[in-house]
Amino acid sequence: MSNIKLVTAREYLTRVKKKSFILMTLLTPLLIAGFYGVIIWVSIGQSSSTEQMNIIVVDPTGIFADKLENPDNTTYLYTNHYTKDDLLASDSIDALITIPSDFSLENKLEITYESISTLSASNNGKIESSFHKAMQQQRLVKIGLEQSDIDRLKTKVYINQYKVDKDGSTTSSNLGVNSALGVAMSFIIYMFIFLYGVQVMKGVIEEKTNRIVELIVSTVKPFELMVGKVLGIALVGLTQLTIWVLLSSILMGVIGLIIGLNISDLQHLQNLEGNTALAKIDVTQLQFFSDFLALPLGKIFGVFVFYFLGGYLFYGALFAAIGSAVDSETDTQQFMFPVSIPLVFAIAVSFSTVVGDPNGTLATWLSMIPLTSPISMMVRLPFLTPAENWQLILSMLILLVSILGAIWFAGKIYRTGILMYGKKVSYKELGKWLFYKN
Amino acid sequence: MSIIQIQGVSKHYANHTALSKVTFDVPKGKIFGLLGPNGAGKTSLIRIINQITAPDEGTIFFDNEELNKTHISRIGYLPEERGLYKKMTVYDQLLYFARLRGMTTSAAKKTIGFWLEKFEATTWSKKKIEELSKGMQQKIQFIVTVMHQPDFIILDEPFTGFDPKNTQLIKDEIQELKRNGSSIMLSTHRMENVEAICDDVVLLNKAQVVTSGSVMDVRKSLKDDTYTISYTGDMKPENIAGINLKKIEENDGFTTLLFNYKNKPDIQLFNVSELHITEYREVLPSMQEVFLTLTDTNS
Repeated sequence: MSNIKLVTAREYLTRVKKKSFILMTLLTPLLIAGFYGVIIWVSIGQSSSTEQMNIIVVDPTGIFADKLENPDNTTYLYTNHYTKDDLLASDSIDALITIPSDFSLENKLEITYESISTLSASNNGKIESSFHKAMQQQRLVKIGLEQSDIDRLKTKVYINQYKVDKDGSTTSSNLGVNSALGVAMSFIIYMFIFLYGVQVMKGVIEEKTNRIVELIVSTVKPFELMVGKVLGIALVGLTQLTIWVLLSSILMGVIGLIIGLNISDLQHLQNLEGNTALAKIDVTQLQFFSDFLALPLGKIFGVFVFYFLGGYLFYGALFAAIGSAVDSETDTQQFMFPVSIPLVFAIAVSFSTVVGDPNGTLATWLSMIPLTSPISMMVRLPFLTPAENWQLILSMLILLVSILGAIWFAGKIYRTGILMYGKKVSYKELGKWLFYKN
Repeated sequence: MSIIQIQGVSKHYANHTALSKVTFDVPKGKIFGLLGPNGAGKTSLIRIINQITAPDEGTIFFDNEELNKTHISRIGYLPEERGLYKKMTVYDQLLYFARLRGMTTSAAKKTIGFWLEKFEATTWSKKKIEELSKGMQQKIQFIVTVMHQPDFIILDEPFTGFDPKNTQLIKDEIQELKRNGSSIMLSTHRMENVEAICDDVVLLNKAQVVTSGSVMDVRKSLKDDTYTISYTGDMKPENIAGINLKKIEENDGFTTLLFNYKNKPDIQLFNVSELHITEYREVLPSMQEVFLTLTDTNS
């Protein structure tokens, strides 16, 4: 046991002390937070600091006069005559829109837009929508509808989802939140398995090609060396994840405070009926946050850590076996392929089929098979109702047993492989190693 | 007194036999040469003594006890391919291996300081292995092998990669380890080193012991009644009855003969007036010749 501890400590400390590790660990959350901050800053900056636009509408037909709704930061001014030269001479007018004189409501509308600066995509949309609404409204009036009838035609649909359990309790559920969370978590696990699994493999190859194993396995059992290495690297990953989570939350919190966007504020706002501020905030955005907070986050985090470690341990053992069976990294290809395929398959299917139908047959099976469960179960997790917890527990048990199996299997290969040099190993050969005695 | 007794040890792999009923003793407090061509079974034997693998049959005794895990900390091993972690500092590396060999941290730190000073390597202690020259890395590897003061030290090709100065340094260290009571097993292909420092040897070929004993005895066992004589003066060797001349060399007025004679020829044989003999001795085969002869005839 003390040997495993020594090996684990070495694997952990040498990696954590590396400059590249420290840089990656500290910079990634800064980058994420910076990215997040820039997006928010840009979107807020756009709505509050966009300059007021004054657009002249030359409408010889008179159809649109005073009928256009002014979008945010834009004012339409109506006149019968305005030229390009007037536009160039004016400081206060930004653009000129001309309606063809032969336009009538039954036809398609083609307008010309002239301005000194280029038309932005968002302004293009705003202008189109203003004209579209005005035309629609006037056509409806022409049909003979009253303004009050037209107002009644305006609809808005929002689906409030609730999951109903057999015991009658209901929990709110949001497809978008659930999918985003599931996909994000499974992607982190996928990345972690690959990044750190390959580190295990490289570490084994280093020890083998340097013949360090010859020195070590005389004091440490090959099995202990392998387990120590896999555990040490797992701890490196956990350290990195913990620092990322802590730093990101702190940074996001700080950014949130700076821009005044606070999740609890949103919740508070939502609870105030008839709050005028509520009208300004997009209801779906508000719902997103509250639905996120309504999820059983403690349970999700716990399960995430389980699959995060479990998936890594399962694959880490296999990667260790691969490393022991080859003489150099270039020889790893033939064995890497079958190990990577289930992972890549899991992530591809999870992002499409499993998200689309989290309780379907394929999703259920994938979340049970240990090769894919760390990824597929994470996608399903936010959708799972308490009644389906047995599936979660079963999947976790299968993974646990499989980890033990994988470590046993890898240990057998590793034990023989690390002392075998200059031999191209085939699958048949690997099979024999399983039954070698010391 | 033996530090290691190997009794009827065999080891088979799927399609070849690495060791077949190998038996020999490694005497205590001496430098013992483990010789043999590539593939003779030396590495397999070293792995078995290091308890990396177990023999299929046979027994090994370490200091009169059957070999077991408690002996690991009493064995030092320098592998042929130098194994060190390239990205780890010299100090961390030495500490790690010392701890693996069962030393306490404080004892390890003391020893590391002693050895780094001895090899004038104190300034490297914070450097990574990959920043060191090959010779420096070899020295660190040597420290790893001996720092836990093992009773029995296995050195697999310890001189490769060293310049003549460092080779001498390592030779001196090996002699000092011997004086301090350690027993040393040296595996090498450099026969001049064997003659220079080994007391006893065993020669393996094709998984079996071909010969063993003291260096002198092994060389004597292959002697073929070859003698050499150097002299000044006038003598016609062709006139001496019974000798089978192999070589005549003339240099600065000296004549050197190399010849076979079925028994040790009496000095009277050369009792010629005016003949001045400067050297007359029996020629024993060198270890190089012993090695080539024994590994060749058996093939």
